[in-house]
Amino acid sequence: MSPADTAKPAKAASKAASKSAPKKVAKAKSAVPKVKKTEPKAKKAVAKTRKAVAPQFKAGQSLDIDDHQITVGKSFSDNAKMTMRNIDVYYGDKQAIHNVSIDIAKNEVMAMIGPSGCGKSTFLRTLNRMNDTVEGCRVEGDICMDGENLYAPKLDVVELRARVGMVFQKPNPFPKSIYENVAYGPKIHGLADSRVDLDEIVENSLRKASLWEEVKERLHQPGTGLSGGQQQRLCIARAIAVSPEVILMDEPCSALDPIATAKIEELIEELSENFTIAIVTHSMQQAARVSHRTAYFHLGKLIEVNPTEQVFTMPEHQLTEAYITGRFG
Amino acid sequence: MNKSADNLSKIKRSLTRRNRAEARFQWCGRVAIFIGLAAVAVLFVDIIGKGHGAFQATYIKLNVSYDQDLLGIENLSDPEQLMMGNWDAVPKVALREKFTDVSGRRDKRRLNGLLSNGAGFDLKDRLLANPQLLNTTESIWLLADDDIDTYYKSWLDGEAYAARLSDKQVVWIDQLHEQGLIRLQLNTNLFTRGDSREPEQAGIRGAVMGSLLTLVLTLILSFPIGVSAAIYLEEFAPKNKWTDFIEVNINNLAAVPSIIFGLLGLAIFINFFHVPRSVPIVGGLVLTLMTLPTIIITSRAAIKSVPPSIREAALGMGASKYQMVLHHVLPLALPGMLTGAIIGMAQALGETAPLLMIGMVAFIVDVPGSFTDPATVLPVQIFLWADSPERAFIEKTSAAIMVLLTFLIIMNTSAVWLRKRLERRW
Repeated sequence: MSPADTAKPAKAASKAASKSAPKKVAKAKSAVPKVKKTEPKAKKAVAKTRKAVAPQFKAGQSLDIDDHQITVGKSFSDNAKMTMRNIDVYYGDKQAIHNVSIDIAKNEVMAMIGPSGCGKSTFLRTLNRMNDTVEGCRVEGDICMDGENLYAPKLDVVELRARVGMVFQKPNPFPKSIYENVAYGPKIHGLADSRVDLDEIVENSLRKASLWEEVKERLHQPGTGLSGGQQQRLCIARAIAVSPEVILMDEPCSALDPIATAKIEELIEELSENFTIAIVTHSMQQAARVSHRTAYFHLGKLIEVNPTEQVFTMPEHQLTEAYITGRFG
Repeated sequence: MNKSADNLSKIKRSLTRRNRAEARFQWCGRVAIFIGLAAVAVLFVDIIGKGHGAFQATYIKLNVSYDQDLLGIENLSDPEQLMMGNWDAVPKVALREKFTDVSGRRDKRRLNGLLSNGAGFDLKDRLLANPQLLNTTESIWLLADDDIDTYYKSWLDGEAYAARLSDKQVVWIDQLHEQGLIRLQLNTNLFTRGDSREPEQAGIRGAVMGSLLTLVLTLILSFPIGVSAAIYLEEFAPKNKWTDFIEVNINNLAAVPSIIFGLLGLAIFINFFHVPRSVPIVGGLVLTLMTLPTIIITSRAAIKSVPPSIREAALGMGASKYQMVLHHVLPLALPGMLTGAIIGMAQALGETAPLLMIGMVAFIVDVPGSFTDPATVLPVQIFLWADSPERAFIEKTSAAIMVLLTFLIIMNTSAVWLRKRLERRW
């Protein structure tokens, strides 16, 4: 059954039940508790109707996020690189992530999707402790890489970030030369013994990021002079120059045009041979194209984790289904 | 149809109103700028009009004879003899030889009054530099008295001011002028000498040196302290009520009247630490206190303006916070910091009030050579000269203002140039 097939009857049924019902569902993503309080009856009615038409969902599921307790699907892996257990993240008093448990396997590309504000970026940033820099941010639970607790007091965050690299939403090369950009990581971590070594690391990293051919003639020109797509590949080259074990990508293509996006996606596939990659994306097509497993987040909760193909063809949870068929997000 | 036409006419009507409002607003701006420029123009025209004369001084040409007997000197290398020498006699004799018909005590005194009372010392300097001149005669331009200078300049301009001169002096000057023995020359004294009670001998060298020494000390102290404080507060300090308290106080300090800093300096540096008064050290310390808030505030603004994406990039690469600041934030914030520092320095250069409190208002003739020599600074010199009764000090004051303004313009221009030059785009 294709996603389109499941969606159509559901929509039709909703319309039959109440003319305004689909709108209410859409509203629910932004202000679920409010909607629930003011119009509980209308909402429940929608849920019931959906259940009747989409019988493949397990009993106990509901479109109401407050009812959600357990992540469905295959969250855990036997070959885990990173294991996260019962993660809660708070910004001051506000809880951004609720009790998330998930594994990321070795050499896997894990995509995280979900509507805006669902906490997927926040979750990604707990993996290399970038949230440490945010005032008032608090992380609870266990995050381990190869069995080592990342939030142990002894662990130096500098070492962690050398092992878990990151690529950001907006290309952010340093305002220095292309060469300096890539050489920065190896330099500060003392990875290169000589100038020749460093040149080699820079060339290899740029090659792996498939940027070498385009920039080899102008290594000493500013990195900010490149096009957006090239800048983002430069940032990837910079990240892989320190040979991290895991690369985190926070919507790496959201500022790029389709051609540049295609190049990055191709690159992600190549990189997955050597690295473990966690990628947050707003584009479901991108998640479908590049990832092995997909995790669906909704309002700070992890709803479903399954192999990508399954998520996009036969989602286990009706919230996932609602999202991938475009009814919210 | 009808309704859309109605709406269109409404929009058109409101459009004319809006356009008119915008035109009015633009004109207000233009008028404001014009008023500002006009004020600057009036200031410059007035100051340059009054002060340009000070860059020239009146000199009188006389035949002087360095007569050993007249001077009462046998050996030019004996300092005691040099000190006791009758230097004033040389120009006096030269004048009397020029105007042989002058007799009577009063007339003789008036005749001597043609020349600056420093003319004898100028001759002494010349003789010491050229010892072979002893017992010879030469024709030389000697500095005229300030009253003669004022009269001669005003007479050349067509509006003779003779209130301070006797009739005979006017006649002598006429004679000298006819013989071409009186003229205006570049006033090198203005740039080579310290202050003096005699306007024709007074120069701004002492004040410029004092300002320079004071500012060097201010820069050396305030830039590193200010930048470190700004970096710590912006990047490392936890955000709590203590840092809020500190921030409020720094902003307050920037607005405290500068004379209060002078009192503070007087109480702490001079009375408590017993730093000598009137010296550039204490001036520099007080101006440091005064400049620090400016530098801290501008540096913090410069640090804040570094985009967070650069910080994230650095931290994401595993740079420590210190490395992030040193490698990425500081280079990007530096132009802003330097601009702030230069503007702070320009402020310090123009500051008068706090220096009055710590004794830098003293009358100091010698040009200061070190941080511990008594000194005064340019704005205080202007203040002192503006306060002096001699008419010749009017143009001196304006000339000193011109020099001060030149320094300020140079500093502010270099601030703009530096910012343009160092600014990196991202």
